[in-house]
Amino acid sequence: MSRKTLTIALMDPPYESENLTTAFRILDVAARRGYDINVFAYEGASGLAFARQTPHPNPVHGKDLAEENHPTTKDQVAALLAEAEKNGGKVDWVNCGMCVDERGVNEFVPGTRRGSPADFHTSVEASDNVLVIPTK
Amino acid sequence: MAKKTLNIVESAYRAVMEEQDDTILWLLAAMAGAGADHTVVLRGNAVNYAVAGQGGPGLTVGEWKQTQAPKMDRDVLDLIEKRKIPVYVIADDLAERGIEEGDLVPGVEMLSRTALGGLFADYALVNHW
Repeated sequence: MSRKTLTIALMDPPYESENLTTAFRILDVAARRGYDINVFAYEGASGLAFARQTPHPNPVHGKDLAEENHPTTKDQVAALLAEAEKNGGKVDWVNCGMCVDERGVNEFVPGTRRGSPADFHTSVEASDNVLVIPTK
Repeated sequence: MAKKTLNIVESAYRAVMEEQDDTILWLLAAMAGAGADHTVVLRGNAVNYAVAGQGGPGLTVGEWKQTQAPKMDRDVLDLIEKRKIPVYVIADDLAERGIEEGDLVPGVEMLSRTALGGLFADYALVNHW
């Protein structure tokens, strides 16, 4: 059986909705199955791979930095890329260029890249299936 | 003296996995430490925050694992017991969802939808989140 290719478009910014948790659960399964994955990170989602995200402690919970172990989406993106590679798949994570410019989030996790809606179009055409998770 | 503020929390489970808590309950707990005088009303889907014993496993992406997944009942209890913030739950919203009062963490006060408006007069500010 040929390797499957899945394209997902994301729009929500990090730390604002549960949509991205759902997306990462799906992406994790796809990576474990060795799928080729295309992600088009559009609008707020262009901040997911922003490399300067920093975990913080949580004084309200009484937890220091290590105890809180706060998630960052950049770590999740990096873990996704590594998992796909381990299982023989690959991830083409495209950060919408104009979206990152207007937000000033131009520094990406290694292995992701700047792109445009044309990349999304190309991915859609080459995919077995496409999932759009828009902002509501 | 701090302005008495009624906070109606309706948006529920918004980014709680990424933040490992609810951003509004967290904000109110943090402001309590600065001297704020807050009361919370959980309504709509947010009534589920008060259900005892909830909490799912953390997110896993490849080798990355979340170790401190949110527990909303713990955070509601924290407001009541540690911050001394009164927490009301809209009883009608509980009933619509099939949640019994006995399913809730201790200390939560019941409030009907019709009584909510009457509560406004006791507060200088009403915030709807």
